[in-house]
Parts: sequence; structure tokens; C-alpha cells
Amino acid sequence: MANVSLQNLRKTYPNGAEAVQPCSFEIAHGELIVLVGPSGCGKSTLLRMVAGLEEVTDGTLMIGDRVVNDVDPADRDIAMVFQNYALYPHMTVAKNMGYGLKNRGLPKSEIADKVAEAASMLNLTEYLDRRPSQLSGGQRQRVAMGRAIVRSPELFLFDEPLSNLDAKLRNQMRIEIRALQRRIGVTAMYVTHDQVEAMTMADRIVVLNAGRIEQIGTPSEIYNQPASTFVASFMGAPPMNLLPATYNGNGTAQIGGTVPIMVNTKAGSAGDVQIGVRPEKVGILSEQTGHALPFELNLIEELGASRLLHGNLYGHSFVVNAANEVVLPEGQIYLDVEPDAVHMFSPGDGRRL
Amino acid sequence: MAEITTSQPPLPIPDRRRRKRIKWSVIGDHTVLIIGSLFLTLPLFMLILSTTLEDSTLATKGLHLAIDDQFDDNLKGALFEGKGFSGELTGLLMMQNSFILGIGFAVGKIIIGMMAAYAIVYFRLRFATFAFWIIFTTLLLPLEVRILPSYEVIQSMGLVNTYTGLIVPLVASATATFFFRQFFRSVPEELVEAARIDGAGPVKFFIDILVPLSKTMIAAMFIIMFVFGWNQYLWPTMITTEETMFTLVRGIKQITQILDGATIPEFGRANMLAILAVIPPVAVVIFFQNWFVKGLTESDK
Repeated sequence: MANVSLQNLRKTYPNGAEAVQPCSFEIAHGELIVLVGPSGCGKSTLLRMVAGLEEVTDGTLMIGDRVVNDVDPADRDIAMVFQNYALYPHMTVAKNMGYGLKNRGLPKSEIADKVAEAASMLNLTEYLDRRPSQLSGGQRQRVAMGRAIVRSPELFLFDEPLSNLDAKLRNQMRIEIRALQRRIGVTAMYVTHDQVEAMTMADRIVVLNAGRIEQIGTPSEIYNQPASTFVASFMGAPPMNLLPATYNGNGTAQIGGTVPIMVNTKAGSAGDVQIGVRPEKVGILSEQTGHALPFELNLIEELGASRLLHGNLYGHSFVVNAANEVVLPEGQIYLDVEPDAVHMFSPGDGRRL
Repeated sequence: MAEITTSQPPLPIPDRRRRKRIKWSVIGDHTVLIIGSLFLTLPLFMLILSTTLEDSTLATKGLHLAIDDQFDDNLKGALFEGKGFSGELTGLLMMQNSFILGIGFAVGKIIIGMMAAYAIVYFRLRFATFAFWIIFTTLLLPLEVRILPSYEVIQSMGLVNTYTGLIVPLVASATATFFFRQFFRSVPEELVEAARIDGAGPVKFFIDILVPLSKTMIAAMFIIMFVFGWNQYLWPTMITTEETMFTLVRGIKQITQILDGATIPEFGRANMLAILAVIPPVAVVIFFQNWFVKGLTESDK
């Protein structure tokens, strides 16, 4: 059973920069964990520490029952797929896939069998004699995956494997990778900066910011209960609207103007807060009823399936994602925000209240 | 070249004048080029012609443009006839020595250069950059500058008149190290990492990945170094005193020098040997030309 366990894993560089602050989490067998965050957040460093390409400064890294802090990458029983594929340009597809096995001293016939099996799984059988330069981007990516599969490792590592592909291919490969990982049932760690990839592929997402874990959770937890304003604004497109407000300690918050916003959060004392509302969780009304808020519309972005309404809410910029069926009223627009859709964050450190 | 410009089909009248002017300028260009290349190849051409002449004709009339029937005799004489003081020095033997020097020199330089560059680029050595610049500064100390101490060392090791003594002192190469260093630095980092995960150690990575990747580079280096080694004159002159060790470039002189009594120097043979000395470097360049250009211009990744 290959659960992976990171215990207070930390990385500091010789110049004193702390790339990864001590972080701990467990990956269960067969789980796909996505590390997501903006560039420079330490997600790749974390992955490379697990791969053994970067040294671990502090903490314990376990793959299966072994502590692998000082184990050579080749002996960690892992396979890695790189962003630019990192195929050996002078070898054929078959040799590329079999190289790791050859180095482990497997007999030729066995290597050929495993390569053939992986190739048929990835629809690469007819390309086995080609060089990487004769393949398209998607095919190269598949070869890189094949190279990982033939070794049947305990752990798959993906370092932004889709960022070199065009958008259409990326969607297709995303599904392929996910399906393949499920089918083989191997534990996987996947690094990306694309929140769509993270949401669609992950069993659980680890959101990183500036070398620190902001939140670990399933895609739905990350989306519905973001642990901080960073997670709230990073995950989801367009990002969550964040507005400063005053909480009265009793279920309503005041953004400005006269109409308060209803909040479902029970806890917390009165005072300044930040409230967050997802653009797609807002209803549109044509007249003032109950707690509807007046919205000043500036710009409409047509997305096909929906429209983005950019505008102001009591002087703060606010985006609404309105489905196509929604008929925009003439004149003043009012927004209907359900209490359940309102998130509250502490104004200082941005943590969820 | 010229027929490209002359075989234009007749053109309609309006176009004709314009085309005609272009044609003239092209002809002009080609004329200049042809005359230039004829001029440059003239010495070689005269050398070839002179190998067909009798030695006596050459001795009396000097080099001139004429053709005779001595080519066969001179070729046979140059290749197979033993000459020199011992009578063992044949053209074939000298050619063999030259090849040993040229190939040993080129291969040695490539191996040493690649290994030095590998160490500098891929290993976390403490003074790697410093070491590299030290290697690089040896460019300022070519063999001609250090020829006496080099000779001293080789002589004291008893390596005079051996192939080892002929080749080894010339093998250390800053140029090859520099070229391979630049090339290795352009190899993507991910390739190294992928190989590490694939379980390739330093030696396997070098042999399985780096050497095949650098093959165009190796070919380019081979040409430069082979020609350079083949043309070595000063060092072989110093280190070889036995005639059986003479290289072609060094040995030609030996043949014209022998003037015993009234015999005419064997100009025909000497000239033939000069031509034979030109052929291998030219052949190497022609055969490896494509690789050479590739190696120096494109990084095949």
C-alpha cells in the first residue's frame, strides 16, 4: 500500500530563502492529490522534494512504510512526468519507455512486453519506432506517461504536464490522465497552476501560497468553504467577490448604504470583516424586495453559456455571473444574495470566520 | 554554373531588356567567381601537373604548366618505394603514421574534452568555474610556447619516437572542453532529472544520453581536430627522429633533401606526397560537412 506521508516537510535554500514552510499531509493509496497555487508558491519544490530531485531540509517523507528522505530518486519507486516531457530525443518511443526498465536490469523480452502493454493502453502502438521529434505534443505527452506507467511505480508525480498543450488538447489529456490514474489505481501527486485542472482532476486539492498550505480539501470543500480569502480568490473563475463590511454579530453585515446583507455564519463577534460572494451565486431582481442590493451595472461580458456583469455595489467593484436565461431588467438592477452564499473572513489574516 | 544563365528561353519583347540586363550581371558575377577559384586552385593544379613530369624536366625548367606520363611511376614511387637514410621510409608508412596521429589526436581531444566538460557542467565541484577558466587560459599557452619543457618531459619519460609521445602531449584541449561545455549547458535540466528517476547513474547518463545527443558536436570537433592533428609539423619534427615514425607532413622534406652526388632530387615523388597529404583532410571535411554545419549551428534537441 503506497500511502505517502509528508511530516513537517520544509525546504530552505542556502541563501536563507524558505521555499516551503513546514507542511504535513497524507496521501491515501490510489488518491490523486493536486498541488495548486500561483507561480513561486513552492508547489513544484514540494513535488521535487517528493521526487528526490531537491533535498529535504527538515521533516520526514514517507512513501509506503519507508522513510525516503535520503533515498536516491531511482530507488523511491516513483515515476515523474515533466512539463516539457523530457523525452530522450535520440531514442525511439519504445526505447524512451523502456529505458528505466533497462537500467533496472530487466530482460529484454520482459521490457518489450511491458512497453507493448503500456503503448496499447495509450494508443501509441503504431508510433513505437518513431523519434519524439516526429510526434505531436499530445503524443509526446502520452509517451512521457507511458514511460511512467511501464515501471508500475508506487507513486506518480506530474509537474504541470499539460501546460505545453493547446486548450483543446489539454481538456482531452486531462480526462485521459484522470481515467488512466483511476484504472491503474496508483497514488498520484499533480502540480498545476490552473485551477480548472485542479478542480476537475483532484480527489483532494492542496492550495499553496508563498510556501504555506492554505487549505487541503476536496474540490467541493475548496469551492464551497474556502479557508481564506486567498483560496476564495484563487479557486473559481471569475474569482469570488470580496468586500469590506461591518458585522453586527447578529446575522447581518453592512457593506454600505442602508440595506444590510444577510449572513448565515453564527460565530464571530461584531466588528470589521471581509465578506465574499461567488459571482455565480447571485440572483438578479428588477425591484427592491427584502434584502436586495442595488447594483450599478458598467459592463457586460458575453461568455456564451453565461454573461459576466461588471459593476459596483455600494462603491465596491462586483461581478455577477448570470446565466443566459436570466433576463436583465431595464433600469436599476437589484441583487439577491442568499445568506448561505455569503462567506465571512477575518479582515486581518483573511482566515475564514 | 554558367549554363544556368545562358539557357534562358526567349522571352516576350517587353520583358526582354530587363531580363537581359540581369543575365549580364549574373554572368559577370560568375566570371569573377570562376576566375577567382581558378586562381586559388592554380598552385594545387600545377602541383598535380608536376607529378606527371620527369624529375629532370622539373629540375631544369622549374614548375610550369605541362603534362607528361610519369604520374604512375611517381605514384608508385611515392607510395611504395623505401627512401630516406634507412631506406625504410615509404609514403604508405608515413601516411599510416599521419593517420595515427590525426585520429589519435582528434579522438583523444574529444574524449578528454567531453569528460572535462561533463565534470564541470554536471557535478557540484567547489571550484568548477575556476577550473574551467584555468583550462581556458591554456589557450594562451599553445604547444609552440611550451615546446622545450614538453620535449624535456617526454624525453625524460623515454617516449621519444613513440606514438604515445607524439599524441598525448597534444591531447589536452581547451577548445573542445569549451565547445562541449557550451553544448552540455544547453541540454535541458529535465533530461538529467528524468534520467535520474529512470535510474541512470552518472556513467550511464553520459554514455546513454549525453554522447548520442552530442554526436553532431563530436563530428564537428573531429573534423577540426583531425585536420589540425594531420597538419602538425613542429611537434612531430621534435619528437620523431626515427624515420619509421615520420608523418607525411614532416617526411616530405626528407625526400627532396637527399642529394647524394649528382642525383636529381625526386621532385615528382615529393610533389605526389604533397598531394597525398592534402587528400585526407579534404576528404574528411567533405564527408562530415553536413554534420559539421549541424554541430556548430543547430542544437539537435
